Amino acid sequence: MTEPNTTLSSDILALEARCLKVKRGQRSVLEALNLKISRGRWCAIVGPNGAGKSTLLQALVGVLPFEGEVCLLGQPLQQQSRQLRARRIAWLAQGSVQSADDLAAYDVVMLGRIPYQSWLGGQSLADHVAVERALKLTHAWELRDRTLNTLSGGEKQRVLLARLLAVEAEIFLMDEPLANLDPPHQVDWLVLVRQLIAQGKTVVSVMHEVTFALYADDLIVMCNGKIQYAGKRDEPALHREIENVFECRIAIQPLGTHWVALPTLT
Amino acid sequence: MSTSPIRLKLNRPRALLLAGLLGLLCAVTLLLGSSVGSTGLEPLLSFGSDPVALQIIWDVRVPRTLGALLTGGLLGLAGALAQGLFRNPLADPFLLGSASGASLGVAVILVGFGVSPLASQWFVRLGLTGAAFMGAVLAVCLTLSLARGVQHTLRLLLAGVIVGVVLGALTSLLSLTRPDILQTMQAFMLGSTAFVGWSACAILAAVWLVCTATGVAFSRVLDGLALGEATAYSLGLPLTKLRGVLIGVLALATGTAVAHTGLIAFVGLAAPHLVRAIVHARHAWQLPLASLMGALLLSLADLLARGLIAPQELPVGVLTAILGGGYLMWLMNRRGLAHD
Repeated sequence: MTEPNTTLSSDILALEARCLKVKRGQRSVLEALNLKISRGRWCAIVGPNGAGKSTLLQALVGVLPFEGEVCLLGQPLQQQSRQLRARRIAWLAQGSVQSADDLAAYDVVMLGRIPYQSWLGGQSLADHVAVERALKLTHAWELRDRTLNTLSGGEKQRVLLARLLAVEAEIFLMDEPLANLDPPHQVDWLVLVRQLIAQGKTVVSVMHEVTFALYADDLIVMCNGKIQYAGKRDEPALHREIENVFECRIAIQPLGTHWVALPTLT
Repeated sequence: MSTSPIRLKLNRPRALLLAGLLGLLCAVTLLLGSSVGSTGLEPLLSFGSDPVALQIIWDVRVPRTLGALLTGGLLGLAGALAQGLFRNPLADPFLLGSASGASLGVAVILVGFGVSPLASQWFVRLGLTGAAFMGAVLAVCLTLSLARGVQHTLRLLLAGVIVGVVLGALTSLLSLTRPDILQTMQAFMLGSTAFVGWSACAILAAVWLVCTATGVAFSRVLDGLALGEATAYSLGLPLTKLRGVLIGVLALATGTAVAHTGLIAFVGLAAPHLVRAIVHARHAWQLPLASLMGALLLSLADLLARGLIAPQELPVGVLTAILGGGYLMWLMNRRGLAHD
């Protein structure tokens, strides 16, 4: 097995999907979708409910069966071993988990180290170091001994984010990472993503906080299982497309060097 | 970076402490169970001089007490496995119909070959174990195919109930065809440690070792499943294969327990719960702890069953059903209140 970091040149795409189709039951959720996500950048996916954003993330990480081709760091997803795939790409599911309620936060984050642990080998010092680092990055270190059912929604989300970071993957897929976070922790998350990008990691986030999404390097606008537009955050055409898919109920306006999405009340 | 692995300091001693305590209590119940019985303490007092007393202790009381411990251990392990595998805190070996399947397997052997559940020959004990295991596997497969997988907890629970009822009815039907062994059969199916001899003990111990070792070796998949099936998959766990292995272990543990002591309800449900109420630990710890807890629960229940109306005795399965039912109701009530 080749080591991921040494053999990859910088021009390889983090993720590429060709003619990606996903069905849930009889209903087609994604139709012949093509997508390219560059390495070392933050890409935010926005779109109305039911646009297929979460489904797209699940197909990219391989947890949903799909037709077409998905390449992870230049190699087809199916050709990579489970362990290699799990070390390269980490995924934060949408919403909370009920069944981990009686686990301590520290143990939940340790689950992110599964791709590095052998069957009978226990947890290495490197695992403990990674868990501590991840918990400190999401400001959840002081929650480490609490069980999940004693945490608030936002605290839980920070622990689950730490679980994601503990994988120390190349690519992080996050489905609604800001859910339940209060404004200071939302800003912390923004800082965290920038740290990850500075380390050369790739972040793909599905989010409804359009103003936050407009801090991303690239944006993808989805609607009805299709990509309506993909471009850089400052493109006016991107802003018009975002307003369109949200039925012009929001307006994107400049504020200093950034953009904000404001509600339109008519 | 010099980080102190916090978890090593905090949780393991607690888990170890609990393991030590449970082990100690199990040893005490083994001593107690071997000392008292329908003839009271007398055999113990005349242990050195009376060969009959020696025989009572060595051939009856020791193996049945040991059998109660080992059966409880298997049931506790099976319960922890079921609750982890199906991510359902109310799951137990009976949920999947595996216990009913195992008892059907036992009934087929008993009726088909006309053997008594009291028989202590090796081939009979092994045959019963094998048949119970086959029955348990069959029942689990039936439940899983009815539920079309484990994705839907409610469908799984319902399928388990249906399979349990249907296989239970088949078992009753089978026993009706042999009125001569109906009574022993019924006593056995109610759950009793009275039939456990040394051969059964040896089989129970061997299976317990195999099941605990396999369960602990593959416990990582249970930890991963706590985050949900999709996340577990994204962490690179080969779910299908490992789930198959663990369901096999579950069926073997349940089947073996049922083959030697009949249907003993609720031990598998209560043991993992009690453990979780005391320590929160990974499944590598939870499985053996639940097993020890199950051993303690069943051996205590067995002591009670033998002592409550001495010199008569109650079938221990009846006692655990009554006590466990109460515990389950209390649990549901508490959970219900917590959700409101």
